[in-house]
Amino acid sequence: MTKLLEAPTTNRQPRQRRGTGAGGAAPSGTGRRSPLAAALGLLTSPKYGPVTVTGLLFVAIFVIGGFRYRGFFSGQVFLNLFVDNAYLIVLAVGMTFVILTGGIDLSVGAVVALSGMIAASLLQTGWSPGVVIPLILVLTSILGLLVGLMIHVFKVQPFIATLAAMFLARGLCYVISQSSISITDPTFIQLAVSRIPLGAGLSITPSVIIALVVVGIAVWVLHGTRFGRTVYAIGGGEQSGTLMGLPVARTKVLVYVISGFCSGLAGVLFTFYTLSGYPLTAIGTELDAIAAVVIGGTLLTGGYGFVLGSVLGVLVLGVIQTIITFEGTLSSWWTKIFIGALLLVFIILQKVLTARRR
Amino acid sequence: MSALAKMASSRLFWPVVMLLVLFAINLVAFPGFFEITVRDGQLFGSLIDILRNGAPTLIIAVGMTLVIATRGIDLSVGAVAAISGAVACSIILGSPDPGSLATVAVAVTVALLISLVLGVWNGFLVAVLGIQPIIATLILMTAGRGVAMLITEGQILTVNSPPFKFLGSGFWLGVPIAVIIAAVVFGLAALLTRRTALGMFIESVGINPEASRQAGVRARGLLFAVYTFCALCAAIAGLILTANTAAADANNTGLFIELDAILAVVIGGTSLAGGRYSLVGTLVGALVIQTLVTTVYTVGIPPIATMVFKAAVVTIVCLLQSPTTAEALSGFRRRLAVRSGKGVAAS
Repeated sequence: MTKLLEAPTTNRQPRQRRGTGAGGAAPSGTGRRSPLAAALGLLTSPKYGPVTVTGLLFVAIFVIGGFRYRGFFSGQVFLNLFVDNAYLIVLAVGMTFVILTGGIDLSVGAVVALSGMIAASLLQTGWSPGVVIPLILVLTSILGLLVGLMIHVFKVQPFIATLAAMFLARGLCYVISQSSISITDPTFIQLAVSRIPLGAGLSITPSVIIALVVVGIAVWVLHGTRFGRTVYAIGGGEQSGTLMGLPVARTKVLVYVISGFCSGLAGVLFTFYTLSGYPLTAIGTELDAIAAVVIGGTLLTGGYGFVLGSVLGVLVLGVIQTIITFEGTLSSWWTKIFIGALLLVFIILQKVLTARRR
Repeated sequence: MSALAKMASSRLFWPVVMLLVLFAINLVAFPGFFEITVRDGQLFGSLIDILRNGAPTLIIAVGMTLVIATRGIDLSVGAVAAISGAVACSIILGSPDPGSLATVAVAVTVALLISLVLGVWNGFLVAVLGIQPIIATLILMTAGRGVAMLITEGQILTVNSPPFKFLGSGFWLGVPIAVIIAAVVFGLAALLTRRTALGMFIESVGINPEASRQAGVRARGLLFAVYTFCALCAAIAGLILTANTAAADANNTGLFIELDAILAVVIGGTSLAGGRYSLVGTLVGALVIQTLVTTVYTVGIPPIATMVFKAAVVTIVCLLQSPTTAEALSGFRRRLAVRSGKGVAAS
């Protein structure tokens, strides 16, 4: 686990120097900079500032929680952040791709519910999980493709196109069933209850592994492929991207396919967690995913951001929820207020950081 | 140009056609659809039901139209509706005399005043801090439900107050109160923005805030005004919804109503890119949505499938309004014209 947290910092150092040097932001660009100036540069850059703040925030909350509550400062509490939020991590990864291009996907929560409903109803009629899961992933990817085509070919705003997809998915949930369907398939139950021991009494679930694999692939795609570079280019300026001869059309449609695929996968992971399909689940999850991405330092106008930042954003949301659980007297709706407040702080931070650069 | 072609080129053409088609479907499925009867001095009938149930959506959609005209959007209206309902109910419950008119008047006034504060907050985020409207109002949408839960302490507050109930299900001169309130809100908005220069200023802010500011329009003040007005509309709708069931449910009051309102505005032909708006279009849009819901009931489709139909309607409307479709259609028309021109020349 520590490996995952270290990964962004080790990646960050060499690139950061290059980034600010090219931007000409540092007053003494030629000489070697003091660590203080480097730290300041890190905090005030629109690219790394928010994600650094998020990292510090996460550590701070975790340490405060550790001092306040008995038993908070344990490895399992930390691992449970991943166990409880595996599906949200996958959602946030898909959402990161979309927001990096400057779009938004409001349909993810409804698609999570829909894939849960499809899984539950098909498994009930005796389909094998080996068929059901791929089928769900294909169907949600197709939904993403349709949304992407609507946005690109018909120039419908992402907000409205994904809103239509959200209505469609939520409506289809109700058409499948109005009540909760429980899952009794042995494979699903096996995946839901099994724990992978990590030694020292710590354990994670298979969902966590899947989520981390998705994160790994997403990092590679965004930073190691031409497709990833085009995603950033579209967020930076769609017209410039087109003029540079980048495949803007294909990429713009593909990010929604990725988001659809991730929503489908998140839905499957969510059913591992709940072992049922219910048409009203995951209402408002799209907001959690957007909040995680924004808190994780991805600029809403696109162009800046990291998948690992979004993972950090999910962890911050998770640790807030954990603290509220540990506090006991605070009611769960405080979570919503805290998330709203955090969202505000980070958006203002983004605003300040990007304004300084202009 | 013939009268028909002129009509077809109007922005209101497609929404009105859609409404008429829905009416026709209803008439086939249920021949008594247009009948309005008077019972105990109150009007009854399917059309009255559509008007009454569509009133909250219409009220919010009016506020939303003005916000969208400034190239904005307000996602927080559902949460604001929930907060206003929660505030009103908790005040009525906390008072010694829940049935008195004075208590209800105080409750309604306080709820509306709080909504004004929420609207100013949204306006501040958008106009002063310059945050994208979708995101700025997303904050209140997320946190607002939490605040509403805080006010109701996580419970559904049921009130027994005849004057409050009257707001939601009362009649005046045979017409449902909700419809009268919606008509007043609609009329006020139309008068204020279309009989003065205010509407034009709002549109100019939607086209280019900076240019309009340099031309002497107080863009910032206008943004504050439209977001505050939208929140006020949301609160009024929230009070009607809450009064209708005589219970404040922080989780479900006005759930998804922001989407219905935006949908009504979009169906009515107001562009999400801002710069021009049509309140009459919004009225037609809100009626289309409510009639669609009613149609689903009368035709005998399970009501739960309503959302699928809404999705279909959004998609169709968006595709019809899309520039790509318009281009394809005009290309098709040109080719037709060329062909008929040739035909004339040959004969």
